[in-house]
Amino acid sequence: MTQHHRQHFETLQEIRSIMERSSRFISLSGLSGVSAGIFALIGAGFASAYLGRWPFGQDDYYPFKLQELHRWGLTAWQFFLIDAVVVFIGALGSAVFFTTRKAKLKGQKIWDPLVQRLLINLAIPLTSGFIFILGLIYHGLVGLVAPAALIFYGLALVHASKYTLNDIRYLGAAEIVLGLIATFFIGYGLLCWALGFGILHIGYGWYMYRKYEQPTSN
Amino acid sequence: MKDIIADLNKAFDHRVRLGIMSILLVNDWMEFNGFKTLLEVTDGNLASHIKALEKEAYIEVKKQFVGKKPNTTYRVTELGKKAFAAHLDALEKLLNIRP
Repeated sequence: MTQHHRQHFETLQEIRSIMERSSRFISLSGLSGVSAGIFALIGAGFASAYLGRWPFGQDDYYPFKLQELHRWGLTAWQFFLIDAVVVFIGALGSAVFFTTRKAKLKGQKIWDPLVQRLLINLAIPLTSGFIFILGLIYHGLVGLVAPAALIFYGLALVHASKYTLNDIRYLGAAEIVLGLIATFFIGYGLLCWALGFGILHIGYGWYMYRKYEQPTSN
Repeated sequence: MKDIIADLNKAFDHRVRLGIMSILLVNDWMEFNGFKTLLEVTDGNLASHIKALEKEAYIEVKKQFVGKKPNTTYRVTELGKKAFAAHLDALEKLLNIRP
């Protein structure tokens, strides 16, 4: 490569990098995914223990028994409300923590139009999903809660991938597939939920951390 | 070789101008301060490059008020899009020539 070649090549690379930086929020940390996944697994573990069953191999359809359940001094509704709120706050809080930390390390702003655009585009499918799930619970269709959560979350990720690291598109697709499987094998809802929100988050988060953040030796 | 170099647009012959055009191609509108943080340039430097691109009619300005604060935003014109695409094509062709 001659001097001129190198120079033009660098120019093209810089153009590409500026386009990326100016249109996508790239400070999203892979560790956010890992920590959110850990919270999800803990939450699913407690849910499994509360339901008093090992989540593999469902012979019956557990949601019908929810009304009769009373364990640890909590009704099923009280337990799942607490479980969901704790997991949600834990996952969101740790995600914000790791992403803020990455932005600071890279000297990027955490609150700019790119973040706002990303959050709005995540919020539209997620809020719709949340209200839809409230509707399912209202009608007593609790078996569909886990599949619906996975599908709406997956759609949110696919949609938001245009505004941040493109990798989350594939994570979103995987969540949708799991959600659709769980729609038909309804007894495996909790298992699919733990796989989707727990294992996939941890695996994918770690992969993204290795890809973008870990100091490489080359 | 000679005529390909002639295809390179003099108006884009600067890092900051390339930056401004790159940003405007992927964003509908961008504020003055947005350029500043993304390109890490001073006010005066940025203003002079913006003026140069404006003069070529490659970008256009919109001045409005957000509340009581004046807010200046920029966007790329059709002419600017074509000129920048031609410039990138020329750069690419130069890269494809074997030395």
